[in-house]
Amino acid sequence: MTIMALKRVTRLVGEELHLDDVSLNLQSGQLYVLLGQTSAGKTSLLRVMAGLDRPSEGQVMLGGVDVTQKSVRQRNVAMVYQQFVNYPSFTVYDNIASPLRLRGFRRAEVDRRVKETAELLHIEALLGRLPAELSGGQQQRLAIARALVKEADLLLLDEPLVNLDYKLREELRTELKALFARRDAIVVYATTEPMEALIMGGNVVVMGEGRALQAGPTLEVYHRPGSIRVATTFSDPAMNMIDVSVRDGQARTKTGLALPLRGSLANLGPGRYRLGVRANHLFLQRRREADIELEGEVDLAEISGSETFVHLRHNNLDWVIQEEGVHPLQRGSAVTFYLDPEKLYVFGDTGALELAPATTPLDHAA
Amino acid sequence: MNKTENNKAWFLVLPVVILVAFSAVIPLMTVVNYSVQDIFGPGQRFFVGDEWFRETLRDPRLHEAFLRQLLFTGTILAIQIPLGIAIALTLPTKGWGVSACLVLLALPLLMPWNVVGTIWLIFARTDIGLAGWSLAQLGIDFNFTGDPLHAWITVVVMDVWHWTPLVVLLCYSGLRAIPDAFYQAAQVDGAGAWAVFRYIQLPKLTGVLTIAVLLRFMDSFMIYTEPFVLTGGGPGNSTTFLSQFLATAAVGRFDIGPAAAFSIIYFLFILLFSWLFYTAITRISTGTR
Amino acid sequence: MAEIEFRKLAHSYAERPLSPVDYALKEMDFAWQDGGAYALLGPSGCGKTTLLNIISGLLRPSQGRVLYDGRDITALSPAKRNIAQVFQFPVIYDTMTVAQNLAFPLRNRRVPRAETQRRVGELLDMLELQPVADRRAAGLTADQKQKISMGRGLVRDDVAAILFDEPLTVIDPHLKWQLRRKLKEVHERFGHTLVYVTHDQNEALTFADKVVVMFDGEVVQLGTPQELFEAPAHRYVGYFIGSPGMNFLGAHLVSDGIGIDGTEIVLGGHWAAAARQHARSRLAIGIRPEFMGVSATPRDDAVPAKLVSVQDLGNFKLVRARLGPHEVTAKLPEDQPVPTDGAHLVFQPEWTKLYADDRLVA
Repeated sequence: MTIMALKRVTRLVGEELHLDDVSLNLQSGQLYVLLGQTSAGKTSLLRVMAGLDRPSEGQVMLGGVDVTQKSVRQRNVAMVYQQFVNYPSFTVYDNIASPLRLRGFRRAEVDRRVKETAELLHIEALLGRLPAELSGGQQQRLAIARALVKEADLLLLDEPLVNLDYKLREELRTELKALFARRDAIVVYATTEPMEALIMGGNVVVMGEGRALQAGPTLEVYHRPGSIRVATTFSDPAMNMIDVSVRDGQARTKTGLALPLRGSLANLGPGRYRLGVRANHLFLQRRREADIELEGEVDLAEISGSETFVHLRHNNLDWVIQEEGVHPLQRGSAVTFYLDPEKLYVFGDTGALELAPATTPLDHAA
Repeated sequence: MNKTENNKAWFLVLPVVILVAFSAVIPLMTVVNYSVQDIFGPGQRFFVGDEWFRETLRDPRLHEAFLRQLLFTGTILAIQIPLGIAIALTLPTKGWGVSACLVLLALPLLMPWNVVGTIWLIFARTDIGLAGWSLAQLGIDFNFTGDPLHAWITVVVMDVWHWTPLVVLLCYSGLRAIPDAFYQAAQVDGAGAWAVFRYIQLPKLTGVLTIAVLLRFMDSFMIYTEPFVLTGGGPGNSTTFLSQFLATAAVGRFDIGPAAAFSIIYFLFILLFSWLFYTAITRISTGTR
Repeated sequence: MAEIEFRKLAHSYAERPLSPVDYALKEMDFAWQDGGAYALLGPSGCGKTTLLNIISGLLRPSQGRVLYDGRDITALSPAKRNIAQVFQFPVIYDTMTVAQNLAFPLRNRRVPRAETQRRVGELLDMLELQPVADRRAAGLTADQKQKISMGRGLVRDDVAAILFDEPLTVIDPHLKWQLRRKLKEVHERFGHTLVYVTHDQNEALTFADKVVVMFDGEVVQLGTPQELFEAPAHRYVGYFIGSPGMNFLGAHLVSDGIGIDGTEIVLGGHWAAAARQHARSRLAIGIRPEFMGVSATPRDDAVPAKLVSVQDLGNFKLVRARLGPHEVTAKLPEDQPVPTDGAHLVFQPEWTKLYADDRLVA
């Protein structure tokens, strides 16, 4: 087992801080999803891991050896980019074979590995074609095949699916997940989409402004985001946030909304808090007795195919509700919606998590 | 940061630094050296300070050559740029005609400059040249070796023939780079051909036009071979441009000191004008007037 | 504003089309209502851009006619059709200010100055472009530029329809929903006929009253977002709309109903009646993962299946189970307990659909 350790890695470019004191331990055979918005430092971190950039401070250790100063060619790294990067004048076969040939593999061995990898990515029928004759999805499959065939210790993917249609994205995500599970490498996968992180599973590193905000098993981080920043990054649509002050077992907003605090929330001491509710914990129908009823005005109903995101205004606050199914609500129409008080996240004054709702853990994962 | 790697990188630039040093910096310094000395022969040189510069700048022949040069450059820019844009707009955009036109247009650009001069020397002759003979048949007393105006016209027409294709090719590539959506949008917005040109094509061409104007300015400001072959600077001094003036001074009369001083003035002129053109055009295109 | 009608419309890029595969657009007859918001949705190469170009007049169909409000405009150029178009990449006039950009279509049509100013002012407010009205359009962000392109269409009062060709491609993800809302607002306020081309289901379903799903040169369904989700008229719609797509299980006619291939399961009722009408067709049962019930314990209305995998996606779970030769996906809400060994699948009758030769029959 190989471990890659980043120790207090900082990277300054001119005056700009691209990476800010990042420390991480990555194990071989594991998948790590770097989750963060655009310019959160994901690509910068991948480049430092690859050896394409040097950190301004800190160390990169691979298998106990300091590789901070080693260039990308001295490390066994493969990388897949957003853009479909292939050699345009090489056939699919030669594209996949190129990293093997560079390393002087024998012809028969090259042939065996190329065919094997092509089969994994379902492009075995396209080996004689040129990249320009492939569709976008096929081109990215080829790029991934070229990265896999190297059997690198470190496989880095920088938002590899972002330029594909969503149906293709769905397909490739599932396939990639299965492919990675069979690898011995350290796989690092950068994305901006919380859903993608959840589907890929494994571990997640939530990034923001060049910092690693939180790292851990993906679901654990999703259910217990350590701070408002992590919760916002790891929610799509964004988590609904309400500023309240707690007094006498009640949470009051400035605008006069009062929420009774029951269950685990009953013990909340007096003071200022920020309450978070995920969009999928707001409902258009009452589901429990304890649900709190609220009135709002529809701003926009965004329909994703099987879900509806209802953006609405209530009490001068913007709320987003995620509802199963397709609900074409008219802009400006009034709706009643329900908040499940059991599903509230409580953040303290500093933005740190104080309380998270209990989850029904999946005791079985086949 | 890691110094070792950065130092290694410098070695890669070294060949270029050496090359530039030998091809540009050292000759330039030599010229600077000449320009402040009076040289009679080997070992006989005296420092004269800015004497040559002052003398050169006072020389009325230089003033004339300079004005002539400005007039020439201004004329050919005023003709070549609009003409180049116009031709580029009329070129076909698809089919076999594209390559045929591009090859035909590129032909003059492929010819050595002294050959261009020679071609026009023959072309304009009234006894055997097609142009000269035709004009003579039409009853026009065309004589580019005797009449300064005719000489001028011949040199300008020759330069237009030689270099307009460059402007055309640049503009053509610029026009091809405009996405179809712009034309469709203009159609939808009810814009006429002039509006399309004024608000879409011309703004999108500013980039290539900057390059075209700069190239044509610098080149025409240094024009030497063609008038040398065609008119030899005559009749009289009517087509003696700056570089010819310089050559006469340096090679013809062997006044190395004044010639060096003049070279430097000439060099600074071109630099200054190029910079002015560049800033003017980029300002217009970015809208920070 | 206008109603758009297609009569026996078809298009082939080949000069002499021989077979149906030569057609980029197969024959269609539709009438789109005046003031409706329509989305053309489909994967690349499905013919949606061809149809858009026919509507705008950039392309002349090889067969059939296009009518605006009953008037045949098949042969008219884009300029004469009074349509406006917003392209994938923002088209703006670089050298003009934002206000001049908006005024351009009116200036070209010699609309009086005062009228032009009034309309431009109104749109600047509507599109929230007032603060940058006198700035050069070239330096603005992509979403502001797209608003300008949209504004150039809206500024004219004689516009028959406004066409959008994947207008959000170059917009930052977090700004997309704001522009979508703006589009809705514009539609409510001005009531133009809008046609919106996209390959993104989210954009199409959010934007449109009626979505036209295209596949392989054919319109496979024209319906409301709700209809596309709840009753996909074609297997392709079931697959394309929703993530994950609809489950399909091959089936065949048996004596007492429809048997699901490779299983003992037989469906009777209205499905059987419909299937008999299509005895020679390829049959399939379709059900969306959202409507597929999963029970941990046996039930009368459930069929036992082999559990393949359970994936916890935070706010829901995806259960994959094997039913004979078929793999079936079910989407479960986060609070619902998940079976640990065997799964019992419940096909809710109202959400179980029958397809014959890929088309919905019951």
